[in-house]
Amino acid sequence: MRHRMRSAIALVAMLSLAACATTGADTEAEADGPVPFASTYTPRPSTATLIRNATVLDGNGAELANSDVLMRDGRIAAVGQNLNTEGATVIDGAGRFVTPGIIDAHSHLGVYPSPSITATSDGNELTQPNTAEVWAEHSVWPQDPGFLRAVAGGITTLHVLPGSGNLFGGRGVTLRPVLGATTVQEMKFPDAPQSLKMACGENPARVYGSRNSSPATGMGNVAGYRQAFANATRYAQRVEAAANGEGEPPDRDLEMETLAGVINGDIILQWHCYRADEMANAIQVAHEFDFEIAAFHHAVESYKIADLLREEGICSAMWADWWGFKIEAYDGIRENIAFVDAAGACAIVHSDSEVGIQRLNQEAAKAMADGRRAGLEITRGQVWTWLSRNPARALHIDDETGTLEAGRRADVVIWSADPLSSYAVAERVFIDGALMYERGATRDPPSDFELGQTYLRSAR
Amino acid sequence: MRTLAALLLAAALATPAAAETILINNGRVVTNGAGGIIENGDVLIVDGRISAVGANIATPRGARVVEANGNFVTPGAFAAMSEVGLSEISGSGAPNDADVEGDLISAAADAGRAFNPSVTAIPVTRIEGVTRAAIAPSAGGSIFDGRGALVSMNGAADSVFRDRAFMVVELGEAGAGRTGGSRAALWPAFEAALRDAREYPNRYRSGQGGAVLNEIDAEALQPFARGQGFFLVHIESAADIRRLIRFKRANTSLRFVIHGGAEAWQVADELADANIPVIVDPLSNLPDRFERLSARLDNAALLHQAGVRFAIASAPGSIDAHQARLVLQLAGNAVANGLPWDAAFAAISRGPAEIFGATNLGRIERNYLADVVIWDGDPLQVTSAPTAVFIEGEEQSLTSRQTQLRDRYNPRTRRR
Repeated sequence: MRHRMRSAIALVAMLSLAACATTGADTEAEADGPVPFASTYTPRPSTATLIRNATVLDGNGAELANSDVLMRDGRIAAVGQNLNTEGATVIDGAGRFVTPGIIDAHSHLGVYPSPSITATSDGNELTQPNTAEVWAEHSVWPQDPGFLRAVAGGITTLHVLPGSGNLFGGRGVTLRPVLGATTVQEMKFPDAPQSLKMACGENPARVYGSRNSSPATGMGNVAGYRQAFANATRYAQRVEAAANGEGEPPDRDLEMETLAGVINGDIILQWHCYRADEMANAIQVAHEFDFEIAAFHHAVESYKIADLLREEGICSAMWADWWGFKIEAYDGIRENIAFVDAAGACAIVHSDSEVGIQRLNQEAAKAMADGRRAGLEITRGQVWTWLSRNPARALHIDDETGTLEAGRRADVVIWSADPLSSYAVAERVFIDGALMYERGATRDPPSDFELGQTYLRSAR
Repeated sequence: MRTLAALLLAAALATPAAAETILINNGRVVTNGAGGIIENGDVLIVDGRISAVGANIATPRGARVVEANGNFVTPGAFAAMSEVGLSEISGSGAPNDADVEGDLISAAADAGRAFNPSVTAIPVTRIEGVTRAAIAPSAGGSIFDGRGALVSMNGAADSVFRDRAFMVVELGEAGAGRTGGSRAALWPAFEAALRDAREYPNRYRSGQGGAVLNEIDAEALQPFARGQGFFLVHIESAADIRRLIRFKRANTSLRFVIHGGAEAWQVADELADANIPVIVDPLSNLPDRFERLSARLDNAALLHQAGVRFAIASAPGSIDAHQARLVLQLAGNAVANGLPWDAAFAAISRGPAEIFGATNLGRIERNYLADVVIWDGDPLQVTSAPTAVFIEGEEQSLTSRQTQLRDRYNPRTRRR
């Protein structure tokens, strides 16, 4: 059904798909036209800024005492001591901590925005178990007041995913929390690949099993993945063959395009999976169809298979302490993140929550403290890799952000105190070197939705 | 000899320790009372109660001495609202006694009779320093969710120490959703239910029946409708809170505690005047519902400034069976947003005890029940954890199913 030929237009489209297959997340772009839904993000105006004499967690594992961070032209220019302040706005960092901005690899801001009502519940296309064709960005509401709260918590990049009710939920998008943006394109992280959201476990089996359709079970889930990737493999082969002049390409199929994008590596895979045994099954599916898994999300049992995850090069995006709300979260432990890290696997602290995204630093702090109590040596510098470098890796944007290395985008947070504390707050948040948020600064709410509401009105 | 000593030790550990005399030596004692915070303080526990607190208490004969080494010694935390003990797993189709479906029972739902002290969430909660909780069901059949109870986290058969302590009622958006979708119907429904309850059993025996409640629910509601016990009211918006204040003025025998109150800061002075306590969530800062468009992080600090009695717990809708331990993080975040530390700690210990009428809990003062926690750091910091937990003078195990899983998979000790 999905592979029948239809028209010359489809032929042209598919030839161009193959031609563009190496340029990123635009497998469906037509060669001669603009990439659809391309990022129009442009950094806000910035001036050279030097933060002087702060404690710096560089996001790459190091803690640097009494150090300076210089941002110039939207990039990190240097980190070190006694940097030249010439031409730069100087901020006194004494007593403060400076880190890379936090990257949340798992958010539903915009697709499940505030206010939460039926009409805004826009993140789960629960109409069939495979909706690989939908894109989360087409549901993102840029006016979600949650973006402001996230920035105030030190977030500079977030990955917005569809929900987990389907085996294939659709494509995720990496966003800048640009305050006051009116279109999602303004928020799209330039050249960041899209992801495919997949889901293991109870959710898809519950949603479709209750409708007496497949999948109704864990085995139905795996069969669903395998059949879809078998179809997509064939689809990708036919596209490639047609591009080489062998036969006609298949009809354009948005669902197949996404799956083919995973197989050819243009689209990275973010897989909701709690249990160790289900992650191991997912890895088998990836081997069978020869694609890579960027990260398992929620990954409550990653600590049971941390060595396997290291060997496979798969990140785990985890909560610090969520557990028990369903049976697949029953074995959650507070040391999960620390144990994954200790095994040499890629550990990420994620939120999946419009509340949690505002204080991921506290979640990382919990994991650090509990890991230490379990006997592990964990430095603060190491902890910050869970919040910035590692999620950047899982999102394939680590060449651009996630650490304070020279040349990276100047995504920087100044914290009032040690951010691995309940009392620290983000005082200033820079995105591409531009001041996006300053604590205490009075301003109208950036979201049009909140304009005229009373939340900023004085209490007395 | 060593074997014998080990046997004796094991026997000692197996014996109930309630009657043990314990001296906690040299702590930073948060009394939550007139003594404030006592540096280098000692706490003497006799027969499950605080016998003395202060500097340099002499060690009674036979007392066990527990060194606090200058660390925080505090009253146990009191989760001002939770579903702990009402399910082992809350979702996945597992049995969940917090959720009452159908309309057979609503006001009569009784959390105390559903509570199971053996669930694994209780040790998980206890080892983070939470020693008490208020629990309540969620019945969807009327605007009444049912009757709440007060429970200990000691896991003992008698952990429910107060039954039917309060009646949960929905008087905000959720309540409107149960009365045809409108507050215009909600308040008349509430008043009609109160009449049904006050006129129980006569109108039921006469065959007239209730206007809105069945006989079972009317009976359960009656004491609350007569001012015995209080209503725990789920409301968030300033407009709804003002309605409640007006209602209370006209119904002076009734007692109310607000749970939610995201916009309470806007009516803080009126709440202080009306003497209505509020249980707030310091993380509630999103306009995620139309009844809390003006939610903000410094709600607790503003209520404190206005002299409103308050406690801290998760908001209605965020209450669960597994994370009551997070009240300490919630209080820490209130501190980060302007609430003084002492007030924040009191809001998760003394404050809930007073609001729920557990007047022998929440302080380290003579004759209070000896719920005492020794910490390895500031208890409101997410990085801190208890090193010892006592409930009514009995030292609690710091093992949970989670620590057992941790030990099974700890990469430092795991066999490869």
